[in-house]
Amino acid sequence: MAMLEVKDLHVHYGVIEAIKGISFEVEQGEVIALIGANGAGKTTTLHTVTGLIKPTSGSIIFEGKDITRTPGYKIVPMGMAHVPEGRRVFAQLSVYDNLMMGAYTRKDKNEIKENLHMVYERFPRLEERKTQMAGTLSGGEQQMLAMGRALMSQPSIILMDEPSMGLSPIFVNEIFDIIKRVSQSGTTVLLVEQNAKKALAIADRAYVLETGMISLEGDAGELMHNDAVKKAYLGE
Amino acid sequence: MSFVAHLINGISLGSVYALIALGYTMVYGIAKMLNFAHGDVIMIGGYVVFVTASGLGINPLAAIIVSMAACTVLGVTIERVAYRPLRGASPLAVLITAIGVSYLLQNVALLVFGSDTKAFSNVVTLQNLELFDGQLIIKSVTIVTVIVSIIIMVGLTFFVKKTKIGRAMTAVSEDQGAAQLMGINVNGTIAVTFAIGSSLAAVAGVLLCSAYPSLTPYTGSMPGIKAFVAAVFGGIGSIPGAFIGGILLGVIENLSKAYISSQLADAIVFSILIIVLLVKPTGLLGKKALEKV
Ligand SMILES: Nc1ncnc2c1ncn2[C@@H]1O[C@H](COP(=O)(O)OP(=O)(O)OP(=O)(O)O)[C@@H](O)[C@H]1O
Ligand SMILES: [Mg+2]
Repeated sequence: MAMLEVKDLHVHYGVIEAIKGISFEVEQGEVIALIGANGAGKTTTLHTVTGLIKPTSGSIIFEGKDITRTPGYKIVPMGMAHVPEGRRVFAQLSVYDNLMMGAYTRKDKNEIKENLHMVYERFPRLEERKTQMAGTLSGGEQQMLAMGRALMSQPSIILMDEPSMGLSPIFVNEIFDIIKRVSQSGTTVLLVEQNAKKALAIADRAYVLETGMISLEGDAGELMHNDAVKKAYLGE
Repeated sequence: MSFVAHLINGISLGSVYALIALGYTMVYGIAKMLNFAHGDVIMIGGYVVFVTASGLGINPLAAIIVSMAACTVLGVTIERVAYRPLRGASPLAVLITAIGVSYLLQNVALLVFGSDTKAFSNVVTLQNLELFDGQLIIKSVTIVTVIVSIIIMVGLTFFVKKTKIGRAMTAVSEDQGAAQLMGINVNGTIAVTFAIGSSLAAVAGVLLCSAYPSLTPYTGSMPGIKAFVAAVFGGIGSIPGAFIGGILLGVIENLSKAYISSQLADAIVFSILIIVLLVKPTGLLGKKALEKV
């Protein structure tokens, strides 16, 4: 059974249907890329999976449990973390406090400490800046903080919404390296990206979303050589 | 000496404003809404103490605790029934609802307690402080109100900065969606905020009625509006700002009454607010831009 199963999902904003019946699966340990043009519904999909928006119909099964109607705050402790589009760090809290917010649902102080240590190891810049207000970090640093914050909940799956958006090429490479390492450490990754080339390069499988529907899906390596994908998303 | 006396009266009134403003600012700071019914929760708190202490004759301190409990339940219920269904609605819809709740509370009080003025007996029965051979008398209720509002301001600041639920409140105030992604129960956190704000309203109600011992269904209305002005003055959302704004407002109001004109006092207070907001739109201690209401 897949770790995350989305079946025939429909999502509306008022009368507008943003997601028109999509289904996809994420297996334990996979990196899945979800690519698509602006407004295709990628963010809406992630928001629905983590409970920020309620779908009109369809179901979301996570580790065998139906979470379609579960309040979002109860999904986090089940092992799902979400790095939202635009980072959304808490600007008025310090870097350290932001990371601690990530561990909000956890109780064991020692485990949290170990986890913090691991995050600092992965993102040395965050440790250097731990007392700094998050709002004063650079865009790339904020992205690292948003990722570190999500990792503080010790997720079994992490959803990332355009983590490379607006970053310089060096930072983009760094972010993708980090995603690779997160995956190697055993965390399942569902990655939404504009940078289709890089996303397909690290993904196992991928789904292409077009105006609320999945138009293509398959092995990431194969999709990279698909003519339609090349033309629309790889700029070739 | 009369100037000092007026100043002290101003601080006395101002500390009541400060207490009410703390409740306003707390709810605005976290839930980003103006709970215009806050002043009327104070009035209800006053009636609860009146009924339990003067009516049933129970110990005033116990009466205050009963009143805090009653206001907490009332505040949480108002949030649950009137405001929560509007989460995500336009701020104007929420504001109009809050005004509706305010009228509702006034009219329920009118129905239950009648329109006649109740003589509230001061619960602060300590000795007044006499200075300079009795030339200057500071009422004990003034001293208690100032001390209580300082304690509450410090306590709230500590609570928001240092406790886990306090930090969750900060997270909710910044970004409800992101807070939920951390596993924070946003509705629960806002309910706690209302519980705290409303229990403060009960304390404010008791001290207001002790200092100005007449109680009607409209008792909370004007102090509520003034306290809202005080909160904006100090920088709405800022806890120390609400305190400073409240004290300043009380002092300005009293000195205007004493030296300029008692009819014009309110006009002067509001003019000063407008000037402060023109010079510093975020209020004295406010950081973020004031949102349109
Ligand atoms: N809060 C909202 N209210 C109404 N419509 C919305 C809302 N959020 C998104 N939409 C609409 O839903 C559609 C999908 O939006 P979504 O943000 O999911 O796209 P996306 O694929 O993430 O795009 P991008 O790559 O630009 O981030 C768009 O047409 C958008 O206008
Ligand atoms: Mg998006």
